[in-house]
Amino acid sequence: MYKIKKENLNALYAAIAAVNDLFLPVKAAGQTNFGLYTENAEVDIDTLKTVKSGKDIFFPQSETLYQVRREEGKFAIAGEAPRQTPFVVFGIRGCDVKALAVLDKVFLSDPIDSYYAARRQMGTIVSLACGKPATSCFCKVFGVDCAEPEGDVVTWLVGEELYWQPKTKKGEQLTEKLTSLLEKADEAAVEAEQAAIRAIVEKLPYANLSLDKWGAAAADANFDSPIWEELYKPCLACGTCTFVCPTCQCYDIKDYTTGNGIQRYRCWDSCMYSDFTMMAHGNNRTSQMQRFRQRFMHKLAYFPANNQGMFSCVGCGRCVDKCPSHLNIVKVIKAFEKEGV
Amino acid sequence: MQELIKKAKALLESGEVARVLGWKKGEYEYDPEPAFFETAESLKDFVYNGFCGANLSKYMIEAGKKEGKTLVFLKPCDSYSYNQLLREHRVDREKAYIVGVGCKGKLAVSKIPFEGILNISGSEYPDAAETLTVETLYGTQTIAYKDAMLERCHVCKGKEHVVYDELIGESADTVDADRFAEVERIEAMSPEEKFAFFQSELSKCIRCNACRNVCPACSCRKCVFDSTAFDSEQKANTTSFEEKMFHIIRAFHVAGRCTDCGECSRVCPQGIPLHLFNRKFIKDINALYGEYQAGSDLESKAPLTNFTTEDAEPGVGRG
Repeated sequence: MYKIKKENLNALYAAIAAVNDLFLPVKAAGQTNFGLYTENAEVDIDTLKTVKSGKDIFFPQSETLYQVRREEGKFAIAGEAPRQTPFVVFGIRGCDVKALAVLDKVFLSDPIDSYYAARRQMGTIVSLACGKPATSCFCKVFGVDCAEPEGDVVTWLVGEELYWQPKTKKGEQLTEKLTSLLEKADEAAVEAEQAAIRAIVEKLPYANLSLDKWGAAAADANFDSPIWEELYKPCLACGTCTFVCPTCQCYDIKDYTTGNGIQRYRCWDSCMYSDFTMMAHGNNRTSQMQRFRQRFMHKLAYFPANNQGMFSCVGCGRCVDKCPSHLNIVKVIKAFEKEGV
Repeated sequence: MQELIKKAKALLESGEVARVLGWKKGEYEYDPEPAFFETAESLKDFVYNGFCGANLSKYMIEAGKKEGKTLVFLKPCDSYSYNQLLREHRVDREKAYIVGVGCKGKLAVSKIPFEGILNISGSEYPDAAETLTVETLYGTQTIAYKDAMLERCHVCKGKEHVVYDELIGESADTVDADRFAEVERIEAMSPEEKFAFFQSELSKCIRCNACRNVCPACSCRKCVFDSTAFDSEQKANTTSFEEKMFHIIRAFHVAGRCTDCGECSRVCPQGIPLHLFNRKFIKDINALYGEYQAGSDLESKAPLTNFTTEDAEPGVGRG
C-alpha cells in the first residue's frame, strides 16, 4: 500500500502523462466526463459520477474504421489500426470497471472485436473507491463492492490523501514508474474508510433490490407482461439512458460523405431509436413499448440467458439520475417485484 | 393537489373524459413521471408538486389519436406550447379538456448541489415552502426554493394560461432575472469568444436527442435526422461540424414556433444551455418584426411565415 497527498496529484498525473496517454475525469463547461489529461485540464475526481461512463475510453461513442477515397478512377482504402500504445485510466469507479467485464463478454467473444481488444490490452486501470455513494447507486445488487473496486491499481481518497494499491502485474509496472511520488503506507486508514463506505451502502435505498423476477427465465416469463404497457408511456424515445449507460454496447456502422469518398465509422446506437436494427424488410420492433421492453429485457433477461447469468446492468444509477421522464431500471425492477408476476 | 384529483375523478366518472394526463408519484418527491390515468382508482398515484416540470402538451399529440377526450393539466407556460401545437394542427382541441393549473415555479433536482439526496420536502402544491428541506445520506440540508428552480422559471412568461377549459389554483411571481441578459452577454462577445463558448458547450453533446424528443415544436412525424435518405442521419458527433449542425439546424427549424418553454435545457443530460439558441432567435424576431410570443394566440400571423412589404430584410441593409 502506498499513498500520496491530494495536493500532489497533479505531479502524479503529469508523471503518468509524460509516458502514456492518461484518461481521467475532467470538468469542462460545468460537466465532468472522462477526457485526456492536459496541463490545462480541470481534473475532477471528487464528482462521484461522470455524465458518460468510462466506456468511451474502450468503446468510443464514435470511431472511424476506415476511409475510402476516390483517386484517379480507383478507390483507395485506408484502414484505422487498432490502438498500439499503452494508456492509463485514472479515477474510474467500481461500477464502470465491472461494466468492462460485461463488454468483454460481447467484444472478446468470437469474433473478437480487434479495436476493443487492443484497447483492453493497452489500458491500465486505476480505479477509485466511492467515498460517498449516492441515493441512485445500486452496484451492490450486481456484486460490486464500491469500497474495493476491481482494477490494476485500486485507490481510495481518505481525507487529504490518496491511497494506492497495485493489484495486477500491469498495476505494479505502473507503480514502479511512480515510486518517487508515492510513499509507503499502512492499511489502517483504508480499512476504516472501507468500513465507513460499506456502512453507507447498507443504507442506500436501492442496495437490496431483488432480482428474483429476473435472469434467464424472465425472457419468457416477463415478455408478455401487461406491466410494460404501463411503464413505457412517458418514455420520450431519446437515447439518454443508453448513452450514459456503462454497459450498453449496441452500435451502428455508418458512412459519412467526405466529398471525394466516405468515412466509414461506427457509433453507439440506441434501442430506443426508431431505426435501431432497421433491415431491408423494415424494423422488427415497431412500437416504443417494444423498444422500451427490449432495453430492460436485454439487461435483465437476455444477457444473463446468454452469459451464464451475468446481468448487463452494474447499478451505476446514471439512468436513474438522467432520464428526462424519470423512468429507469429501478422502477422496472420494482414494478415486476410488486406485481408478483 | 387534492382539488386536481377531485376534478379528474369527477370527469372520469361522468364519462366526459376517457383518460387523464398528469404526473405520477415516483420513488421520491423529486422524480414524478408524466402519466395517463384511466380509472378513478389509479389517481391515488397522482401527484402535482414543484418537481412536475415536464410539459405535457406534446403528449397530447398521441392522446388525440385515442378514443374520447383527454383531461390534461397544463401549467401557464405549457399552455403556450399547446396553443402552438393547435396552430400547427398537431393536436385536436375537441379531444382535450384543459385544466389550467397554477404554478409556483418548477424545480430540478440537478440544481440542488447536495450529495446523497434521499428526499426533499417543501415542494408541495399549493403550499410550497420558501425553503426546501433536503434529507441526504450525509445529513439534512436546506436550500431556498428559488435556488432550485429551473432557469425558465426565473424568466417566467407569466401567470396567465392562454388556453384552458377551466382554471384551478394560483400561480406565483417567480421572475427575478432578465430573459435576454445571457443572450446579450454572448452577443457582446467577439466572434472568437462566441465560437469558443459554443464549442465548449456543444462538444459535450452525446446526441441522445432528448432535447428534440421533448420539444413540443419538434413534432415532425419523421425527423430529418432520423432519415436514412440523408447524410444528415448521424447518431454521434463524428466531427465537430456535425455536432454543431444538429443543434443549429434544430434551432432554425423551431424559430418563430418555439415558445421558450425551456424543456430542451431541462432534459439535457450534459447541462447544455440549449434555450440560448432559441432565445437569440426570439430576441431577433422581436427586434426585427415587433414583439412576438409564439403560442400566445391562434389568430396573429407568425412573423416568419408571413410576408409584408414593410418587413425588415436583415442582410440587405434594411434590418
